[in-house]
Amino acid sequence: MDRFETHSCDVLVVGAGGAGLRAAIEVAAQGASVGLICKSLLGKAHTVMAEGGVAAALANTDGRDSWKVHFRDTMRGGKMLNDWRMAELLAREAPARVIELEGWGALFDRTPDGRILQRNFGGHQFPRLAHVGDRTGLEMIRTLQDKAVHSPGIDVYMECTVVRLLKDGPRISGALAYRRDTGRFIVFSTKAVVLATGGIGRAYKINSNSWEYTGDGHALAYDAGADLIGMEFVQFHPTGMVWPLSVRGILVTEGVRGEGGVLKNSQGERFMFRYVPEMFRKDFADTEEEADRWVAEVIAGRKAEARRPPELLTRDVVARAIAQEVREGRGSPHGGAFLDIASRRKPEEIRKKLPSMYQQFYELADVDITRQPMEVGPTTHYMMGGVRVDAETEAATIPGLFAAGEVAGGLHGANRLGGNSLSDLLVFGRRAGLGAAAYAKAHPGDPRIDASEVEAIIAEALAPFDRSGGENPYAVHDALQDMMGTYVGIARSEDDLCTALGQLASLRARAARAGVEGHRQYNPGWHVALDLRHLLTVSEAVTRAALERRESRGAHTRVDHPESERSFATVNVVVRRRGDAMTVVTEPMSPMPDELKRIVEGEV
Amino acid sequence: MDAVLKIFRGDAQRGEFREYGVPLHEGMVVLDAIHHVQAHAASDLACRWNCKAGRCGSCSAEVDGKPKLMCMTRMDEFPVGEPITVAPLKAFPVIKDLVCDVSWNYEVNKRIPPFQPKPPEPDGTWRMQQADIDRVQEFRKCIECFLCQDVCHVLRDHGKKDSFAGPRFFVRVASLEMHPLDVVSRTAYLKEQGGIGLCNITKCCTEVCPESIRITDNAIIPLKERVVDDFYDPVRRAWRWLTRQRDSP
Repeated sequence: MDRFETHSCDVLVVGAGGAGLRAAIEVAAQGASVGLICKSLLGKAHTVMAEGGVAAALANTDGRDSWKVHFRDTMRGGKMLNDWRMAELLAREAPARVIELEGWGALFDRTPDGRILQRNFGGHQFPRLAHVGDRTGLEMIRTLQDKAVHSPGIDVYMECTVVRLLKDGPRISGALAYRRDTGRFIVFSTKAVVLATGGIGRAYKINSNSWEYTGDGHALAYDAGADLIGMEFVQFHPTGMVWPLSVRGILVTEGVRGEGGVLKNSQGERFMFRYVPEMFRKDFADTEEEADRWVAEVIAGRKAEARRPPELLTRDVVARAIAQEVREGRGSPHGGAFLDIASRRKPEEIRKKLPSMYQQFYELADVDITRQPMEVGPTTHYMMGGVRVDAETEAATIPGLFAAGEVAGGLHGANRLGGNSLSDLLVFGRRAGLGAAAYAKAHPGDPRIDASEVEAIIAEALAPFDRSGGENPYAVHDALQDMMGTYVGIARSEDDLCTALGQLASLRARAARAGVEGHRQYNPGWHVALDLRHLLTVSEAVTRAALERRESRGAHTRVDHPESERSFATVNVVVRRRGDAMTVVTEPMSPMPDELKRIVEGEV
Repeated sequence: MDAVLKIFRGDAQRGEFREYGVPLHEGMVVLDAIHHVQAHAASDLACRWNCKAGRCGSCSAEVDGKPKLMCMTRMDEFPVGEPITVAPLKAFPVIKDLVCDVSWNYEVNKRIPPFQPKPPEPDGTWRMQQADIDRVQEFRKCIECFLCQDVCHVLRDHGKKDSFAGPRFFVRVASLEMHPLDVVSRTAYLKEQGGIGLCNITKCCTEVCPESIRITDNAIIPLKERVVDDFYDPVRRAWRWLTRQRDSP
């Protein structure tokens, strides 16, 4: 029997969430053939969980909005560490990408005059998020899925996982994957690969991510020799469910606060007023009266003249505030804060605008959010860092490799604004598709696949079957998640990070002894054993990058370096493989042009 | 306190129910119990899941005979001390354990005539009233868990996969047919390939929908009416006959 089946295509897209689907659609539109791989069934990718909306300066709900304000909000939210060109492209192109989705059948909620309605969100100065209740991601993925299904030239490989990228000299030549249902291997021979694999949330115990989020794309790119940047920036979303245990970490949309929800501690205090950073002080209400006036104006559909409630500060700020309230003894019974929408909006409004939240709490936590507050706390949610790409084409630092969406680094800087990931998927998914299709056209002829390399990787992948009775892969994964939460979590220190590096070495040794039972057909234990390799790589990258950035900025908090430092204000921490060693260096970012600087400073 | 799960282990050829003990904790759902079994007793137990919050529709199974999302089914719904049976969906071929081959559904979807919008306003966008899209947004809540396909007797008991699209895809067609921007008619598809006439509106699909979509009342019955209007209404029939006469030389 053949050891593997072989397929060839012009462009291989790894991942079929929003970014992968959008990239595949664009490659097909350019007339190139696409292989589209997803670890789950089509339409189940994590984009489906996106709730609040897609940020685009359509200026439908508030005419004062523009791409410039969106750009400024994005840069300030990212603490100026964003790739400014990516942030500019995002702000300029997002409106057209959202309207394009409508032309493909998406149905966003409407304004009274029949245009796309936009909602408020943390860090966005104006109501900017096009949305469908609190299930925007489902609407987007279904629209893109249907568009892709009817685009000629896209072959979908469902329940298929990539093990390693293959190279012909310096350039990408393909990928080795396995089919989850049969356990059989596939070699894809391809001119270009677009990584659209999402994030790394499963490296942490308390997270809002699905099992798929094991950092595959980050690790595949790293193994292939590509640069990763910003790996120290892991977003802890401030509002995950904290109780019961079964649902710990599941996301509670920022839309709850966008719709007027407030955060309180165990003493009933709206503590966020005490946590407004200097940079944002003039944009946020300093009294409850003013904050409430803002909500009243927004609900009435008027342009808000009052300043925004501090609950709508950026995620890094709110997450740290909740963690501090808990640490200082003012937490909720299960170690979080209270998020209250019940006393702010009518029950029927809550059920209309937040139907999934209502159902999620009612069925899983016995809480009726139209009558009771929710208990919420920080949960690992999003990876700002990722594959270093060219802003225009999403080309990585090795020829033939492209990345878009969460797996790509740079756009969000030190902290992502809610709603910007969905526009990211559309804007840069499309650009990656264009970039990869153009690259494939410019490089005709099939690159060479090294059969002996393929055989060696297959042998390594099958090794856990020869170690029946070895380490339980689930137990190793569990230990890794505990370790990352304890030592590389929301508050970090040099001591903790060094401890983490030591523990990563022993976890790597345990993972190398992992053994699995049964056969190759649909064997989750084996899948976990293979995922461990990627999880360990990204965990080490996060830890080493966090050690290198000796300051606090955005989502990265060092308790031993609590301030932002000038010396780190304009540098990227770059992680790359040299031989078998993971190297970390800081490299200066390219300076922002003056016209963009003026926008950030307030000129619109 | 332990619960006992009787989980189907096997494939399309053979299989049996095996018992596994699982410690209970507050708020636990069936999917937690399955994960516990995987981590501690049977690492090769196959099951699909993703979001664990009722949003992706991956973890469909038959729990004590009822089609459910395992992530939204609480363990405390079941009587204490009695084993809970977990089996794969019956309407689709088993691959292994709780995982079925649902690829047929994706093939059906491909055959539905796709969305085609009317031209936009001069500014390049479209205007739609919320009241006009409310009913379509109900259909677009579908998470493709295929529980409705599983209980539909046309598929489950009569195996009419070659001539019947099933409730999921009637919901999908309804979302296109009632879309304010769409200009395509899919009544011919519904009548021929979709086989909507085979549905005798027993509403089993509506009962199991985790998104509470009123599949029968709001999707299937209005679509049946459209098919009747287009193909069996005598006036329209005459009109079609006349226009066809005129078209042919």
